[in-house]
Amino acid sequence: MKAPYYGLIAEFDNPTALVAAARAAREKGYRKLDAYSPFPIEELSDALHLHRNRLPLIVLIGGLTGGILGYLLQYYVTVWDFPINIGGRPLHSWPAYIIITFEMTILFGALSCVLGLLGLCRLPEPYHPVFNVPRFAFASRNRFFLCIESTDPLFDKEKTSEFLEGLEPREVSEVAH
Amino acid sequence: MPDETQVTDQPAPQKIIAQGYTFGTVTDQIATVVLTKKTPVFWMASFALGIVLLLLFLLAVGVLLLKGVGVWGLRTPVMWGFAITNFVWWIGIGHAGTLISAILLLLNQRWRNSINRFAEAMTLFAVACAGMFPLLHLGRPWLFYWLFPYPNTMAIQPNFRSPLVWDVFAVSTYATVSALFWYVGLMPDLATLRDRTQNRVARFIYGIMAMGWRGSARHWSIYETASLLLAGLATPLVLSVHTVVSFDFTIGIVPGWHSTFFPPYFVAGAIYSGFAMVLALAIPLRQVYGLKGLITDTHLDNSAKVMLGTGLIVAYAYIMEAFTGWYSGNVYEHAVTVNRMTGPYATQYWTLVLCNIIAPNFLWIKKIRQTPWLLFTWSLIVLVGMWLERYVIIVSSLAQDNLVSSWRVFQATRWDWATYVGTIGLFLFLFFLFIRLLPMISIFEVRTLLPQAKVEEERG
Repeated sequence: MKAPYYGLIAEFDNPTALVAAARAAREKGYRKLDAYSPFPIEELSDALHLHRNRLPLIVLIGGLTGGILGYLLQYYVTVWDFPINIGGRPLHSWPAYIIITFEMTILFGALSCVLGLLGLCRLPEPYHPVFNVPRFAFASRNRFFLCIESTDPLFDKEKTSEFLEGLEPREVSEVAH
Repeated sequence: MPDETQVTDQPAPQKIIAQGYTFGTVTDQIATVVLTKKTPVFWMASFALGIVLLLLFLLAVGVLLLKGVGVWGLRTPVMWGFAITNFVWWIGIGHAGTLISAILLLLNQRWRNSINRFAEAMTLFAVACAGMFPLLHLGRPWLFYWLFPYPNTMAIQPNFRSPLVWDVFAVSTYATVSALFWYVGLMPDLATLRDRTQNRVARFIYGIMAMGWRGSARHWSIYETASLLLAGLATPLVLSVHTVVSFDFTIGIVPGWHSTFFPPYFVAGAIYSGFAMVLALAIPLRQVYGLKGLITDTHLDNSAKVMLGTGLIVAYAYIMEAFTGWYSGNVYEHAVTVNRMTGPYATQYWTLVLCNIIAPNFLWIKKIRQTPWLLFTWSLIVLVGMWLERYVIIVSSLAQDNLVSSWRVFQATRWDWATYVGTIGLFLFLFFLFIRLLPMISIFEVRTLLPQAKVEEERG
């Protein structure tokens, strides 16, 4: 069953309060929560245990793929598809392949980095329930938000609301779907 | 309750942002430049100049396509002339943007946060201008795709042992990666513009471009990883691009080109001219838009120091070039060196020595580094000097190579100049569109420079 609303969101006016609130919520046992801030806050990732992600692995695989494809492309063209005998020099002239192999590594690495970023963040996502909160427009200016989602097993509208109020936010509001 | 508490700490040991800013005021100051209905006269004038020169460019390209590359002063043996000079000049200018956005990020130089956005935009547009020249120089630019390997009925393939093909790969990778890096950096700021604008159409467009960015901590954590990885990829890339550009010359056996110190010398020269362009853009912009609190005198000072450092490397390279010309004992290398200094291109040679060896040494003086209009003048001197450097390398070596009977002095035509000045128009046109439509300073990165962005940890 889907809850009638997405969750409860609390608004703070500085990063220190947000990090403290996120820590308190984790300690209280909430797990389905997310914080929103106008700039990256390293301590917040610590508080929410967000430090590991698979992006480096994606970029490594992408980069290696690019490099291998780049090398094979040149090998195929210069040795099989369009061999040119220049004074009996070897067809497989690997030193000349290095540059393009390198460039293709970087190109595929960068492309997989950006696509990986979008994929892991599940973007583009033009609609999200938090945008229904009118004050949320300030999350991209100078306000800091902590949202506890209704799918959390500990979520209880009264108690969670009371808990969030106890963190001394500027405001607690309900997030509609 | 006040909207936001003021924190009046000294922001950083070196003043990279003025005191008294809050998250709200930095956001509004940068976003207002884009969201306001008022357009400064300076913008109008610069954009108009851009359009006029762009029209000149289109005219020059039209004439070129109708009559062929002979309208340029290309005559044997100088078949590269202005086109490749301008290509190298523009692509070098682009390098400072990537240096600021990638290398200085890895080195944790926080002052880069307020200048990286427009420097990256400069990179993109400079690469676009650079790309025009090899394409137009093809003579039949609509067949440019022949440069790439693809299965074709002509049963031919590009020569992967040629530095010119390496260059195609290097420059197109550079353009792609710069665009990606720039766009990723823009996403959070596009979200800010989406949330700030009053205009429905603008909100829709910025909203689509921001892809629904909402500043989630999960996203930020991945985003920070992505920035570091992209910076890590762009750093060797930027060094490789000008290295490959220098291979266009060094792999050839033309006297004056065939030397091993070209790659580092070209990279240093690229960063030297690129920082000159950054200063030439930043000084008027911060004046007109009142951004002196964000692009401070420290930024100008630091950029000038980078210019001085790379300028000295370039000066060293000139001295080594003359030294190897003499010490190699090679009669052709020796003749080319003497020809550069005393031959038909002596004026250009000695002007570039003045611009690139003598002029940067004045940047040792703190007074010049800290007087914006003087620094602006100096950056223009450097830009001229670096253009002359490429001109002298390319034209003088080709005009007077091994065989005296094939010597010929290069004469630039008016269409050479029209195409060159025209790309400056293309650059101004694109750059000022960017200034008007997108935030020229990275808003979210400037927020992190504020003292109140620091999380105060309780002890315990």
